[in-house]
Amino acid sequence: MSVFIIRRLMQSVVVIFIMTLIVFFGVMVIGNPVDILIGQDCDGPCREKVIRSLGLHLPLHEQYLVFLKNALKGELGNSFKAGIPATHLILQRMPATLELAFCSFLIAVGLGIPLGIWAGLRPESLSGKVIMGGSILGFSLPSFWVGVMLMLLFAVELNWLPATGRGETVPVLGVEVSFLTLDGLRHLILPAVNLALFKLSLMVRLTRASVRENLLMDYIKFARAKGLSMNRIIFVHVLKNILIPIITVLGLELGNLIAFSVVTETIFAWPGMGKLLIDSIDVLDRPVVVAYLMITIFMFIMINLVVDILYSLLDPRVRLGDIKQ
Amino acid sequence: MSQSTQEPSVGTADRKDSPSRRFAADFCESRLAVGGLLVFLAILLVAVFAPQISPQDPYDLVALDILDSREPPGTQSVSGHLTFWLGTDAQGRDMLSAIFYGLRTSLLVGAMSGFIALCLGTCIGLMAGYFAGRVDTVIMRIVDLQLSFPSILVALMVLAVLGQGVDKIILALVIVQWAYYARTVRASVLAERQLEYVEAAQCMGLSRWRIAFRHLLPNCLPPLIVVGTVQVAHAIAVEATLSFLGLGLPPTEPSLGLLIANGFDYIMSGRYWISIFPGIALLITIASINLVGDQLRDVLNPRLQR
Repeated sequence: MSVFIIRRLMQSVVVIFIMTLIVFFGVMVIGNPVDILIGQDCDGPCREKVIRSLGLHLPLHEQYLVFLKNALKGELGNSFKAGIPATHLILQRMPATLELAFCSFLIAVGLGIPLGIWAGLRPESLSGKVIMGGSILGFSLPSFWVGVMLMLLFAVELNWLPATGRGETVPVLGVEVSFLTLDGLRHLILPAVNLALFKLSLMVRLTRASVRENLLMDYIKFARAKGLSMNRIIFVHVLKNILIPIITVLGLELGNLIAFSVVTETIFAWPGMGKLLIDSIDVLDRPVVVAYLMITIFMFIMINLVVDILYSLLDPRVRLGDIKQ
Repeated sequence: MSQSTQEPSVGTADRKDSPSRRFAADFCESRLAVGGLLVFLAILLVAVFAPQISPQDPYDLVALDILDSREPPGTQSVSGHLTFWLGTDAQGRDMLSAIFYGLRTSLLVGAMSGFIALCLGTCIGLMAGYFAGRVDTVIMRIVDLQLSFPSILVALMVLAVLGQGVDKIILALVIVQWAYYARTVRASVLAERQLEYVEAAQCMGLSRWRIAFRHLLPNCLPPLIVVGTVQVAHAIAVEATLSFLGLGLPPTEPSLGLLIANGFDYIMSGRYWISIFPGIALLITIASINLVGDQLRDVLNPRLQR
């Protein structure tokens, strides 16, 4: 087990290293930082001075080493607009995004698995077909358009829920959260549902397929022959067996939620890091963009790592197979 | 596969059972898929002939009248020449014409990026699968690495670095998509290269490149076609999302995503038509391509072969 974890950790370090290389070259070599960082009115000696102060006169590999050293310390430059370190700015915004992502995650899992089991047990019934039809719709509707429609319907036409913002927040352990106040909760519903819809459809389809597959297996016949109640068979035996694929997908989808929150946050003006990214791209606030990319990539690699380890804990076949290789 | 089940017959029956006819017959088994195909062809025609069938040229600023701006569907224009069946946007543009032109841009970007990614991914996947060894390991590691990030994030990264533009968004979509094609081709090459015809070709002394492109590639096409249709729909959706975020296409060439974004600014004041109709057009396009793709998958799946 520890061999597996150590090997997997090493892989992650290598991937992080490669990603810093890609981001560095993307930003510093393909995009020309001098033109973007220096205003038009500044040329000649002024330009020279800024180039020196930013370390852009150094050869590329030295620039990269400086970048790497600063990145390890968590320093990715100051935001041009806010004047504070870009990483701080992003970490400030991160709780809002995580809150949104976790709420969507809960909606997707809490509704998706029961609906999937229901549809899997009754594939020919009307309710099963309606659930599947809905999931196809949730799959092919572009998420940003669904967001616009949700807003139009519930915020503009019906006026039930607020359209934008985060509402009232309360600090919990020094972090502002909005799901504990009624106003915050009302603000949270639309963005969370919007973000969850795609994952919800995915969960329904995945659970339904696994349930149908598992119902045909011998262990079910055996459990029924033993006289177990159908409820016990489904909620103990089947559920355990369908969890393995679901957890893998779930882990990866958590990362996906964070990436897709960029879209949802932009629509509902949710003050998370995704909205910060779009705003920063608009005003060419490059340090923030770089910091966002580095932090998200890091989060992704960590999520993948945790999912892999969880997966091997749940399913011994995976880890044995890996060690044998 | 297709000849093995043929019953002894005379004359024209042979022609009737040619692979392409069988394929067409299989495809037509699903009414939904045929409907999807017809809708898609209609959309394609609209996109190609947008300049001819649009009631108005939405980019000709002279033809626009600011007095016509933000009119609800069915309003007559101030000049009285035309009726805005789907309303107008902030510049007084006819939404129907804007949607026709937007479809053109969206489909063009989707098809171009899909085609380039297909060519690139196929070549890379063929090399990985056929040459195996170290080439394969390196390529597949890169593919795995890329696929572990969501496509929207990869595209955002590329566009954050490169900026806006049609060429840049096509590049971003190619970078997002090539890995899917490469993985698909590699998987089918790995299965195909075990077969006798490859061995026979090797015995005949054909070069490795010739075997890979002339003999292996045609046999790997069916899964590629399926992945291709799904990916084009995906590319159109990603492009629309990026344009909606203001990172994709410049305002001079509005795709459906940008039209929706423009309308989004007016949604709070109840002017729903500016963003709803482009959205519906986008939805129908994606859904019709997906329907066709679903049926293609069933028809081309060897496991379901009758």
